[in-house]
Amino acid sequence: MKFIDEYRDAGAARRYAEAIARATTRPWTIMEVCGGQTHAIVKFGVDALLPPAITLVHGPGCPVCVTPVEMLDKAIEIASRPEVIFCSFGDMLRVPGTRRDLLAAKASGGDVRIVYSPLDAVRIAREHPARQVVFFAVGFETTAPANAMAVVHARRLDLANFSMLVSHVLVPPAMEAILSSPGTRVRGFLAAGHVCTVMGTTEYEPLARTYRVPIVVTGFEPADILQGLYMCVRQLEEGRAEVENQYTRSVRREGNPAAVQLIRQVFRVRARAWRGIGEISQSGLGLAEEYAAFDAEERFGVAGRTAAESPECRSGLVLQGLLKPPECPAFGTRCTPEHPLGATMVSSEGACAAYYRYRRGERPPAAHPVTEP
Amino acid sequence: MCLAVPGQLVSVTGDDPLMRTGKVSFGGILKEVHLACVPEAKVGEYVIVHAGLAIGILDEEEAARTLQYLQQIEALGEGAPGSP
Ligand code: SF4
Repeated sequence: MKFIDEYRDAGAARRYAEAIARATTRPWTIMEVCGGQTHAIVKFGVDALLPPAITLVHGPGCPVCVTPVEMLDKAIEIASRPEVIFCSFGDMLRVPGTRRDLLAAKASGGDVRIVYSPLDAVRIAREHPARQVVFFAVGFETTAPANAMAVVHARRLDLANFSMLVSHVLVPPAMEAILSSPGTRVRGFLAAGHVCTVMGTTEYEPLARTYRVPIVVTGFEPADILQGLYMCVRQLEEGRAEVENQYTRSVRREGNPAAVQLIRQVFRVRARAWRGIGEISQSGLGLAEEYAAFDAEERFGVAGRTAAESPECRSGLVLQGLLKPPECPAFGTRCTPEHPLGATMVSSEGACAAYYRYRRGERPPAAHPVTEP
Repeated sequence: MCLAVPGQLVSVTGDDPLMRTGKVSFGGILKEVHLACVPEAKVGEYVIVHAGLAIGILDEEEAARTLQYLQQIEALGEGAPGSP
């Protein structure tokens, strides 16, 4: 397909890796923020092409992975009500809540439907005026315009039976949380290309300045990621800490003004809890007051719920680049995609899922002790 | 989940800017896509689509420039091996 295939050329990838090796004189740790990039890196073996001095760590950019457990519990509770049609992106169905997941709620009679777009949920609400249709609005800035659009459509159509369970998160506050944590090894970032397609790149400039880190806005194909890494290494080697844009075919400095305007209209910035990480101030979005009537938490009286996370799951460390999935003692043993302990094992962009799918044979022995008879 | 896919806009329906939709071809597979965030998108252009909404228009010139970048840095590298 155009704009995809030409960025997957294996020869070009090798030549990029050589250019990176030539440019590297010291060890550097670079974090790719977005789970989509993590999957591309593990799937195409981008990390294996790099010189040993370059360490890639995987970041928190998987909205499914960071949706807090209590949100899953709220979703399951709402989805189990007989009057509700609960619509969600497919990725959320296997994510474990405290006791069960949405798929189990569906198996025991809940009307849970997978939709490709929040606007499909609005259409379902129109078609079923006697039912309550709830959309599980998770996502980063990339997904916020589509979710905002659904609310705007519902308001226009005067739909009293549509609401949203909102658990929206924002990338820059998470990057700041990682940079300000004392244990961080991250010296440079590949920022998420589609988040920046929507938001632009200006909000990363203070981060690059304050923490003296290069931030390269990067696309998702192997050639994009390698070029982004090359640009990041060049900055590190030259002692620069700037925001650069590798993904120029999609990202403009000002972002997409119509999309940003839509987000501002429907949502307001607020604190959010991140699964495995904890609450980060100003790190997410909730419905603006004018749209509070569409808030499913209020409509179904689940706003105050809290829940504890599995003590065994280390996804918080994985999401902050402090632990590689195979280093988790439960990886591939007590935790698998069929029986996940954490969201990073089931999301299509979760780091644990990526390693399970593409790298299972390469578990380090320490993480997989063999008991001698 | 931030997966967004490039596709070619092949037709546009409606003139209400907020409700405008279009058919987008993803390697021959057609899907209906909302166009509220790309008011200037024209038939024949490539848009980038996420969750049923076009979130941007792809810039063909920039796309070509990205593909030329490798040759440029190799030309630099050959002139002065080991130099930045
Ligand atoms: S392997 Fe499973 S238990 Fe370990 S961090 Fe990943 S999701 Fe959590």
